[in-house]
Amino acid sequence: MHNFIYPNEIDLQWSILIVLYPFLTGLVAGAFILASLERVFRVEAVKPTYRLALLTALSFLLVAPLPLQLHLGHPERSLEMYLTPHRSSAMAMFGFVYLWYLMVVLVLEIWLDYRRDIVLLSRSSTGFLRVIYKIMTLGSDNISERALHIDERVGWVITIIGIPSAFLLHGYVGFIFGSIKANPWWSSPLMPVVFIFSAMVSGIAAVMLLYMALTKLRGFAVSVECVDAIATYLFYIFIVDFSLEMLDLIHRIYEADESFRSLDFMVHTSLWIPHVIVQILLGTLTPILLLGVTQVVKLAVPVRKRIYAIAGCLTLVGIFAMRWNVVIGGQLFSKSLLGYTTYKLQLGSREGLGTAIVLTLMPLGILYVLAKLLPPWQQHETT
Amino acid sequence: MNRFKDAEHLVRVAGVFLLGITLFLCFRAWFVPKSFGQYGHYRADSITEIAALPVIHAGHETCETCHADVLEIKKAGKHAGVNCEACHGPQGKHAEDPSSIKPALPDTAVLCARCHEANTAKPKWFPAVVSAEHSQGLPCNTCHTPHSPHIGDKK
Amino acid sequence: MNMNRRFFITLTGAAAVAWESVLAGAPEASPNYKVADHWWAMLIDVDKCIGCGNCVRACAAENNVPEGFFRTWVERYQVDDQHMEEPIVDSPNGGRDGFPARPGTLPASVKEFFVPKLCNHCADSPCTQVCPVGATFTTPDGVVLVDEKYCLGCRYCIQACPYGCRFIHPEKNVAQKCTLCYHRITKGLTTACCEACPTSSRMLADLKNPNDPIHEFMKKHSVQVLKPQMATGAKAFYANLDGAVR
Ligand code: HEC
Ligand code: HEC
Ligand code: HEC
Ligand code: HEC
Repeated sequence: MHNFIYPNEIDLQWSILIVLYPFLTGLVAGAFILASLERVFRVEAVKPTYRLALLTALSFLLVAPLPLQLHLGHPERSLEMYLTPHRSSAMAMFGFVYLWYLMVVLVLEIWLDYRRDIVLLSRSSTGFLRVIYKIMTLGSDNISERALHIDERVGWVITIIGIPSAFLLHGYVGFIFGSIKANPWWSSPLMPVVFIFSAMVSGIAAVMLLYMALTKLRGFAVSVECVDAIATYLFYIFIVDFSLEMLDLIHRIYEADESFRSLDFMVHTSLWIPHVIVQILLGTLTPILLLGVTQVVKLAVPVRKRIYAIAGCLTLVGIFAMRWNVVIGGQLFSKSLLGYTTYKLQLGSREGLGTAIVLTLMPLGILYVLAKLLPPWQQHETT
Repeated sequence: MNRFKDAEHLVRVAGVFLLGITLFLCFRAWFVPKSFGQYGHYRADSITEIAALPVIHAGHETCETCHADVLEIKKAGKHAGVNCEACHGPQGKHAEDPSSIKPALPDTAVLCARCHEANTAKPKWFPAVVSAEHSQGLPCNTCHTPHSPHIGDKK
Repeated sequence: MNMNRRFFITLTGAAAVAWESVLAGAPEASPNYKVADHWWAMLIDVDKCIGCGNCVRACAAENNVPEGFFRTWVERYQVDDQHMEEPIVDSPNGGRDGFPARPGTLPASVKEFFVPKLCNHCADSPCTQVCPVGATFTTPDGVVLVDEKYCLGCRYCIQACPYGCRFIHPEKNVAQKCTLCYHRITKGLTTACCEACPTSSRMLADLKNPNDPIHEFMKKHSVQVLKPQMATGAKAFYANLDGAVR
């Protein structure tokens, strides 16, 4: 391997912030899918996480466009995406897919689901909060049985629309990468599918962890039934996800096209740790094995919970590594296929690690506020 | 009527959405640049703006109208195909105002070697020399005239 | 000499007029230029390139290209008969300062040559396809341009270009690339790189002009584009291009 990169390729174009973006939207899509399990497929066991999943999705979705915005050379021009979207550009659809998902799916579903609570809270609360709740009621405090029944039906329809929308939201992020024929590491029709499944995996793991952590923190008992059900779903979806990723890998290795030599070298050097060690071994195989054990062997409840927690954390690490390897990995080799560059992660700059950490924590802050405003806990728990 | 009453809040939501969409459309009509879409999905004015950028290299035809004497010599020699600005650098400013902007003459030691220094990657047909051996430390123009470098061709 | 001096002083008036019309600027001011009558391309004869770097310097001067970035550059290839797929390539500072000579002579199995690169002004350009806002586009006369007042700096176009021809301007924070010297060719001049090329290794070509030498050239040479598998409708046509070139 000789080291030649085109002279303009010295700088990496997409930084850690662009790694964060698919990671965050993935959590959104995954959390929503988990919520819809309860709503559409009537999986009663996961009910305790229904509202939490919705609020999690909303908090992450609110933050998702920030890394994109911060990475633009001219953030002040970003509205052009809405004003003159270019129909042939995958990225131009971002604004519309995002708005659709935010307003039509998430906000509406949450609003319909919480409407009764909002109206009751607007009556019971005082001061500033009262104003907020009043605004949220949109001036209608009709919570008659019929009205709530209508909400239920409409909410159901929205969830039905929401599932393909969640797929769209994230599959489309995969398409942004998968449709770049200039980049052999990205260009693959499997990319959107892999993105969707990895999104479900990460979102489900995140909600499971949040549920366990928040319930513990609030001093309640975690519903074993619930986490068992979630873990089972996580396990099966993870297997599909892993199979797809391996299919992609094996296909590349067997076909060994012109880019293979270059990509293979990269996977054995600069991507060895993030790809093979962190993503595949630590972040995929280990959690699958751990979850697999809980499926096969009858373990005691505390052990099970602990395993779920470990597997969930590893899953998130693995999926983050997967985003990293796609976004950063896809820019480490030259399009001449003759050389490599390196990514120097900065700490304090606009696109540095510091910003990334703040942006990752920000949704948790938003979730805290949302959960205060619209308590997601079930009735028998809160009282 | 009752039917409508229980879905009233939904109508309100629809109203909010409709308002948002209307505001967006107004905003859009206001902010999209006038020439956008004239030829295609872009600002047609930007073509004009780019076409109006300043010209830095005047082009050999411009030089030749004033420096016919040099052209005469160059045309007959081996550098006939080499344009003035290939050696003299960009001279648009000079061409615009020759009396106040006078180009610095190129240093032959650097200039000639750029093109003529021997290099294994150069095509075989191109006359190249290892200047250290060839010129014996003398500037190239002690023996060659830059505008007509072949030593057989006089002037 | 005296004779010549006088000759050129009488000519000065006429030349100044000609030059003024060149400087006059916008296409509407050069009334002879009609976008519909042109379809621009570039011809590159690899056998003629001597790697002097004149094109890179001229381009940088003409277009104010920031240090360390390139709208055009030159690569040096070294290909061994037995390792066609692993050429040794370099392009120190884009070839701007020429190429240091490698010592000694080449072994019989090795060949070396220079390859000038620039934007291919693709007819089906992947970079304009992906621009989310219409800040980069193909003009009706076939030149791919960037609207610096509209570009977001999202860099998707840079990712989409298979040839590495785009970069982000470090101060302006917008994408930049070769404009095929659009400000020159619309005024009847050739590009800066062609003007400075001593061997006519590069030639600006207008595919819609029936008298353009390109038609003759295409007949006489076997011509290729870079990475034809990308199917971008590239319009930088290379004669005598080696298969090892990426
Ligand atoms: C409008 C007429 C005009 C044009 C066009 C013109 N020049 Fe000149 N050039 C002059 C005159 C007049 C002088 C003599 C200036 C002096 O001696 O003060 C001159 C002098 C020069 C000199 C010599 C300076 C010296 O130190 O003796 C060079 C080199 C030169 N021109 C190059 C060029 C090149 C290259 C171009 C084309 C880009 C060009 N000129 C275009 C009028 C012109
Ligand atoms: C191969 C490179 C080369 C090219 C091509 C070239 N010049 Fe020169 N020119 C030189 C060099 C080198 C000198 C300086 C000679 C010296 O220092 O004695 C020079 C000197 C001059 C001078 C100063 C007076 C003289 O005649 O020596 C003028 C005027 C001039 N060039 C104009 C032109 C014009 C006009 C053209 C295009 C028609 C042109 N040159 C093309 C290399 C070149
Ligand atoms: C921009 C590139 C360039 C520069 C600078 C340049 N030349 Fe040349 N030179 C050429 C080209 C092109 C030819 C023509 C080769 C051919 O067609 O065979 C040539 C031909 C020659 C020849 C004729 C070789 C023969 O066949 O006899 C000589 C001698 C020469 N140059 C000397 C010089 C000297 C001395 C200088 C510096 C004043 C110089 N050149 C600067 C490009 C250049
Ligand atoms: C001492 C005088 C002298 C000096 C100084 C000199 N040359 Fe020459 N050069 C010659 C002679 C004599 C020839 C052979 C006659 C010819 O081919 O023009 C020649 C031939 C050439 C040729 C043609 C070689 C060929 O293969 O056809 C080139 C190119 C050349 N010189 C470039 C240069 C360059 C570049 C410099 C400055 C670094 C330079 N010369 C300095 C005397 C000189």
